[in-house]
Amino acid sequence: MNNEALQAILTEQVPDATFDTSGEWLNVQVSVAAFRPLAEKLKKELQFNFLFCLTCVDWKTHLTMVYHLRSTQEGHHLVVKVNLDTQQPQIHTVCDLWRTAEFHEREVYELFGVDSLQHPDLRLLILPDGWEGKNPLRKDFDDPVNMIKL
Amino acid sequence: MYQTTDILVNETANDPMGQMVINVGPQHPATHGVLHLVITLNGETIQKVEPHLGYIHRSIEKMCESLTYRQFIYVTSRMDYLSSHINNHACALCVEKGLQVEVPERAQVIRVLMDELTRIASHELWWGAMAMDLGAFTPFFHAFRERETINDIMEETCGARLTMNYMVPGGVMHDIHPNFQKRVKDFLQLYKQKIHEYDELVTGNIIFQNRMKGVGYISPEDAISYGCSGPVARGSGVSCDVRKHFPYEIYDKLQFDEVLETAGDSFARYLVRVKEMHQSVRIVEQLIDNIPEGDFQAKTKAVLKLPKGEFYQRVETARGELGVYIVSEGGTTPYRIKFRSPGFSNLSILDHMTRGSKIGDLVAAMGTLDLVIPDIDR
Repeated sequence: MNNEALQAILTEQVPDATFDTSGEWLNVQVSVAAFRPLAEKLKKELQFNFLFCLTCVDWKTHLTMVYHLRSTQEGHHLVVKVNLDTQQPQIHTVCDLWRTAEFHEREVYELFGVDSLQHPDLRLLILPDGWEGKNPLRKDFDDPVNMIKL
Repeated sequence: MYQTTDILVNETANDPMGQMVINVGPQHPATHGVLHLVITLNGETIQKVEPHLGYIHRSIEKMCESLTYRQFIYVTSRMDYLSSHINNHACALCVEKGLQVEVPERAQVIRVLMDELTRIASHELWWGAMAMDLGAFTPFFHAFRERETINDIMEETCGARLTMNYMVPGGVMHDIHPNFQKRVKDFLQLYKQKIHEYDELVTGNIIFQNRMKGVGYISPEDAISYGCSGPVARGSGVSCDVRKHFPYEIYDKLQFDEVLETAGDSFARYLVRVKEMHQSVRIVEQLIDNIPEGDFQAKTKAVLKLPKGEFYQRVETARGELGVYIVSEGGTTPYRIKFRSPGFSNLSILDHMTRGSKIGDLVAAMGTLDLVIPDIDR
């Protein structure tokens, strides 16, 4: 499936989605509310079965969740982006669709503080106890004892 | 992180048969690194395996945000230290993609040669350690005999045996050592004389086969869903070799096969890695006499600035698909960098693949995931 066909299908599903075709792959930006139904459609109808990268970017004014998807049968790619509020970032989990998201969402939870709703086991994965609320990969994170900045 | 005792108390209270919680690691010979597994057992049967990570987390992603595009590559050698060339390669390729630099052909060939030698060395170590995990100590020495030869070759050209830092944006740091070609050819000759010992010692051993067959089964659907890549996914018949599907450098011009096994158990993953070593030897043979003359590095500016945008580059390491995702704001340092590490995704399937099997099979299943803990923790 080429990018134009994919874009047409996605526009039908999410009319207010914005697209960016400047990069290597088609980028689609959707709202938090539209994300979960879109994810289900991508997995079940559009054969995006491989979530190969899940991460988050802190833009200081907002956070952006980035999902890199690929279809192992069809070979097409898609990057889904969702903007979140910095104060109370919440997004519906996708770990029932792509099981790999379970670990990745836990990682994003502790490093960025993004709450994955309906996640079966949202705990700290890498950081030790007592780190809840301090999110090291946020841009405003500063640790006076264990300096990370060089 | 340490709710271990809570689990013990709660679950024994609910279950009159009595469950038991066992901690494996963080210091345990079979985890090959500081991995902590909390295993819930019912008798001898595994009910749950919970990995606890972070004992060697250095926050490389955060560090990279304050390092320039020339500097950050050196940190990445410390992720998957058995594939350090390939980590450097992924970062160099990603920066080159942003800068749109054409790498000279000589540098491309040297890079692929180094990658494949690294892959052989990494699989050698895994092969020796895997046999050792199952109680056979001798194969470890056989594996290290060949691996040392590769390390010596690397040391001569790169000046290091483990963290090479040889690949830089634009090519390689300096030209290969004058002895490089001769020593690689000597190694190939040695390797071919000795390779039959691997099968005689381990592959054909009936005890080894009985320990490995039918253990740690992964279905192709699960392998994809859990984001597995590399030999773990190929052992379940999922074709996912980045070198074939999304070729970089000169891989599309080379003759080699993607190794696939369909059984999905530990033995299948074992066979994939052993056969991959043969394929890597095939690649090295094709290239070692055909290194083109020319520059080993493209001309690049002293200070690199990537244009505003996002760049993603993936390569095939010895463990699977390594992705480097750079978000650039147009400066000299990345705004955000993410390493999609193959080990992190491969580890996530450990709980699923060992549930219901016996505790004695855990190491036979876990060993074939080929976990490198610094790669998982980053």
